[in-house]
Amino acid sequence: MSRNNAAWAAALSPQSAQRNSAVSELRELLLRNLRKALSSYPRADEAFLEDAVQDSLVRILGRLDQFEGRSRFLTWATTIAIRIAMTELRRKRWQDVSLDEVVASPSSQQHAAGPDEQVERNAIIEKMREVIATQLTEKQRTVLTAEMKGMAQVEIARHLGSNRNAVYKLNHDARKKLKQGLEAAGYDADSIQAVFAR
Amino acid sequence: MSLSNEKLKDLLWLVGLTNENELNCEQCLALVAEFAECELAGKSISDGLKAVEQHLSVCSECREEYEALQRVLDGIEGDTSKK
Repeated sequence: MSRNNAAWAAALSPQSAQRNSAVSELRELLLRNLRKALSSYPRADEAFLEDAVQDSLVRILGRLDQFEGRSRFLTWATTIAIRIAMTELRRKRWQDVSLDEVVASPSSQQHAAGPDEQVERNAIIEKMREVIATQLTEKQRTVLTAEMKGMAQVEIARHLGSNRNAVYKLNHDARKKLKQGLEAAGYDADSIQAVFAR
Repeated sequence: MSLSNEKLKDLLWLVGLTNENELNCEQCLALVAEFAECELAGKSISDGLKAVEQHLSVCSECREEYEALQRVLDGIEGDTSKK
């Protein structure tokens, strides 16, 4: 069955006589979409996908009033299902990893000794290290380091007793301070790009 | 703090893309369906949706979710009309 946005809204409303069949249809469509979206993720097996769809349905039905009709309903619903499924995959991947260990551990890519032509690049990198060490708060440093090492925001948030949006804000504030610090030292975006594009 | 120079170079790239005001991940989620459909249709991106594009450029997790959505969009059926 094909439904337009108005038909989905009407069919999923609590008063609708078609609600059960509409929810079943949405479940099947979300399952199909998640299979495709996560086809390259080995941990996203059928049981995982079914659980993710069930959680997604609860979230979507609770947020129907937030759907403004600016996209197709199924696209909107699929974005929510992907967010829920990927957040869970990331949580499982990182749940047994200590935030302190991630922040303290050396990065896998280590710097090789720089040739003479990299002097300017190294100067910018050293300025970054200085700004990170002297101008960021401890939480900003922690979030920035953990994220650059690939740790999931949801797990960083859990360790900090926070949430994904707050983690994003810490990261954003840290990037803004870095940008200001570099600009104050004479490194604007154009000059940095010129140095690293050589 | 133990980021290698290579990681700092990646971070430098993100710093260059940083705006004073950015959407957070929840705000991006609210708009990304519309953004994805515009992109797929080859429509020009409105000023409001340019903030989504900027967020996707600096947030690896939202970008990963967007790429997953892109894999789906061509095949979406059962919801063909936006009325």
